[in-house]
Amino acid sequence: MSDEEKKESDKVDQSRRNFIKNSGLTIGGLVLGGVAGGLIGSNSATTKSQTTTKPVKSHETKEFTEAMQFFSRKEDFDTLAAATECIFPEDENGPGAIALRAPYYIDKQLASPWGRNVNDYRKRPFKDGQTPLNRGEIFLQGIRKLDEEGEKKFQKSFRELEEAEQIEILQDFESGKVKLEYVTSAEFFAMLRQSTLEGVYCDPLYGGNKNMDGWKMKEYPGAQMSYANVIESKEFVKIEPMSLSDHF
Amino acid sequence: MAKKMHKVNVVTVGVGWTGGIVAAELTKAGFTVVGLERGPEKTRKDYMHTHDEIKYDLRGEIEHNLTKDTFTVRNTLKEDAVPIRDKSNSRIGTGNGGGGSHWGAQTHRYYPYDFEIKTKTIEKYGKNKIPKNMTIQDWGITYDELEPYYDKFEKMAGISGEPDPNYPDRSNPYPNPPLKKAEGMRMFHEVTKKLGYKPFTIPAGTVSQKYTNPDGETLNACQYCAFCGYNACEYGAKADPVVTVIPTAQKTGKFEIRNHAEVRRVLYKGKKATGVIYKDTRTGEEFEQPADLVVLTSYVFSNVRLLLLSEIGKVYDPVSGKGVIGKNFTDHHLVSGVRGYFKNKKFNNYAATGAFGEAITDFTGDLFDHTDLDFIHGGQIELRITGDTPISSNFVPSGTPSWGKEFKKQSLYYFNRNLMLFSQKAVMPFKEHYLDLDPTYKDDWGDPLLRITWDYSDNDKRIHEFINGKCKEIMTEMGADIVDENPMPGHYTGYLAFQHNGGGAIMGANPEISAVNNYLQMWEMDNLFVCGASAFPHFGVTNPTTTVGALTYRATEGMIKYLKDGGGQLVQVEKEAQLI
Ligand SMILES: Cc1cc2nc3c(=O)[nH]c(=O)nc-3n(C[C@H](O)[C@H](O)[C@H](O)COP(=O)(O)OP(=O)(O)OC[C@H]3O[C@@H](n4cnc5c(N)ncnc54)[C@H](O)[C@@H]3O)c2cc1C
Ligand code: SF4
Repeated sequence: MSDEEKKESDKVDQSRRNFIKNSGLTIGGLVLGGVAGGLIGSNSATTKSQTTTKPVKSHETKEFTEAMQFFSRKEDFDTLAAATECIFPEDENGPGAIALRAPYYIDKQLASPWGRNVNDYRKRPFKDGQTPLNRGEIFLQGIRKLDEEGEKKFQKSFRELEEAEQIEILQDFESGKVKLEYVTSAEFFAMLRQSTLEGVYCDPLYGGNKNMDGWKMKEYPGAQMSYANVIESKEFVKIEPMSLSDHF
Repeated sequence: MAKKMHKVNVVTVGVGWTGGIVAAELTKAGFTVVGLERGPEKTRKDYMHTHDEIKYDLRGEIEHNLTKDTFTVRNTLKEDAVPIRDKSNSRIGTGNGGGGSHWGAQTHRYYPYDFEIKTKTIEKYGKNKIPKNMTIQDWGITYDELEPYYDKFEKMAGISGEPDPNYPDRSNPYPNPPLKKAEGMRMFHEVTKKLGYKPFTIPAGTVSQKYTNPDGETLNACQYCAFCGYNACEYGAKADPVVTVIPTAQKTGKFEIRNHAEVRRVLYKGKKATGVIYKDTRTGEEFEQPADLVVLTSYVFSNVRLLLLSEIGKVYDPVSGKGVIGKNFTDHHLVSGVRGYFKNKKFNNYAATGAFGEAITDFTGDLFDHTDLDFIHGGQIELRITGDTPISSNFVPSGTPSWGKEFKKQSLYYFNRNLMLFSQKAVMPFKEHYLDLDPTYKDDWGDPLLRITWDYSDNDKRIHEFINGKCKEIMTEMGADIVDENPMPGHYTGYLAFQHNGGGAIMGANPEISAVNNYLQMWEMDNLFVCGASAFPHFGVTNPTTTVGALTYRATEGMIKYLKDGGGQLVQVEKEAQLI
């Protein structure tokens, strides 16, 4: 390492060390501050979760990031929202996918390079059931098919159905019974399920896991800097979560 | 016409673990080295803010994109292969540090048995123990010959550990004490000891205390922050080429890294390599880098593909079993084991390092009697704490739905109430498992992709069943209320999770059955060395990098000798060739 680089790397180490100190922990594993609570940026306020399929804006602040980047039809977004809520419903443990803003997370991801499969191998030929569609195309097709199936089975769009009816349709998708073009309904369902869980448990920086409530339900501490002082603990140590915005 | 660059002593293709080791050792010995690296520059400044499951664990931010190229996969010779398309199914390093920037740093050695597997198996059980198509062979080196180089790698990387009681004596202790023990590890230790096994803490390159290596590079103490396996370390606590061998090479003033430089061919005249051809991946402009010594350090797949594209060495034929380039490919990504659910006990599953756990090796190699078993080798069993992240860890007892109310309830309840026993198993090579060039799919420059022909063998399935039985017994004894087994998948689907592949340019005692000698020098081209797990004739039970590192350190001695002595083969072909 040149002197220049050495200095640079010392600076980096120093900034991490300061961070750990600020978080109430030290590098050597000695506990300086309390483990539970007291960490910077911890936020114990919980949002009241909602059951409607329409995401409800928080009362205190306007969320300027909660609008559609990928979708153009609001009805597609609403059907997606209803489907995510079936996968991760609100219950006595806490909020469901909608209150946690998973649908907004999915919208943002579909508008990102990931939604267009930018980092994947896309050269033809697509054989043996490999899909030529990108993720955005699969979502749009799948969501509209959910509505079609709703109309066919229960004469209503998916988003207007009772939960039990919605679940029945999603089960058909999951088992691959519904026919889609150039992709199976089971593949679409697997993506929907995975994206819902991502929206529920991602770092809030991505637009989901509102207030870190997904993490709180799971007793997951998020983006902590150090566990050197809890690693040997015999008992479970509950730590208020921290997000990447606290690292900034 | 390719633009010709100034000649150097050594050119490495790739600057990951093996490229970094070669650069450090050769520049320290006074030679000039150019490292051509297809990926971007990376320094510790790029490692901040990596506690992000979406960006690193799921989307593989610092891993190779499949935009330009990928691999194709099929199970048998009769099928057409299809490409791995989704980046999340191919977790392979790129940029300075390669896979070494985002590895788990689990660092076991292989066993004496591994290096002489064929001889020792026949000695003990007779020829018939080895199935007809299983192409195991001795490595052309013994454990004792490699031991000093294991030691050298471990000291460079600051490995923290305690001796595995089943290994032969070490020449030196690990340079750092083992990592701390979490509650689950203590439970495993107690139970396995009671059952008569020999538990020990997994050796790791996530260092247990501040450490300065013999090259003067300093690693900080690990924070058990858990964003380790797919993430680069924010603290400089994980052994990584970017914080160890690369700066060691750079401070000599004799090492230049050229990024965005993708090597396409090794150039040669007759039996002598003259350099390589590479492209700037941004402009497509082509360059020639002449060198006295060409070293492939580009991981298994690129190493083998470059040999095939450059038409160096005899191409392996899976029907006749003749030829060497592409031979004995193995995939080591299948993990056996069990998950135990505890109704009334919670663990700090969120805290861990990349390779955090307690292990037993009593069922590996020939450490147990195989007389009545219909497989050879075995698997290691470890209580492994991976630092559960919330998206990827939604474990529920079998029979629970995978979404909806019940799923949510159970996945929340058991998130911190489960423990995992994890087993990596040895993978044996077979005649029809190999690498070659795909006839259909191409990369952005129009070159054929590498094709993988591989599937699980009966040997894999039998070890899986055997090891899962042992895991169940241990987990039950540890007090789990529910114990679920990892299932054995029907077929290999081409999921490359953590750079655990071997073979394709294997080492051995003679050129009939191997591509490189025990200095990783090509038998057919004295000034071409091929470093990496591409040299493994089979895959041992545990992770590859310690053995890759040891072999590469030894190879650098050969390279230095070659450059000083004016060339030639470093190894004489064994007269009593062990032919298959
Ligand atoms: C998630 C993960 C976890 C892992 N955990 C462990 C572990 O716990 N223990 C363990 O032992 N191992 C582990 N590994 C494996 C370990 O990273 C590899 O064994 C090691 O990095 C191999 O070293 P290498 O030099 O062969 O390849 P790399 O370190 O990957 O370096 C190869 C370099 O070559 C470059 N390259 C490739 N092709 C070209 C080309 N044509 N032109 C120019 N450059 C090229 C690549 O970009 C890369 O930088 C893990 C890997 C991953 C991805
Ligand atoms: S677990 Fe340790 S080595 Fe791994 S990233 Fe965290 S601090 Fe670094």
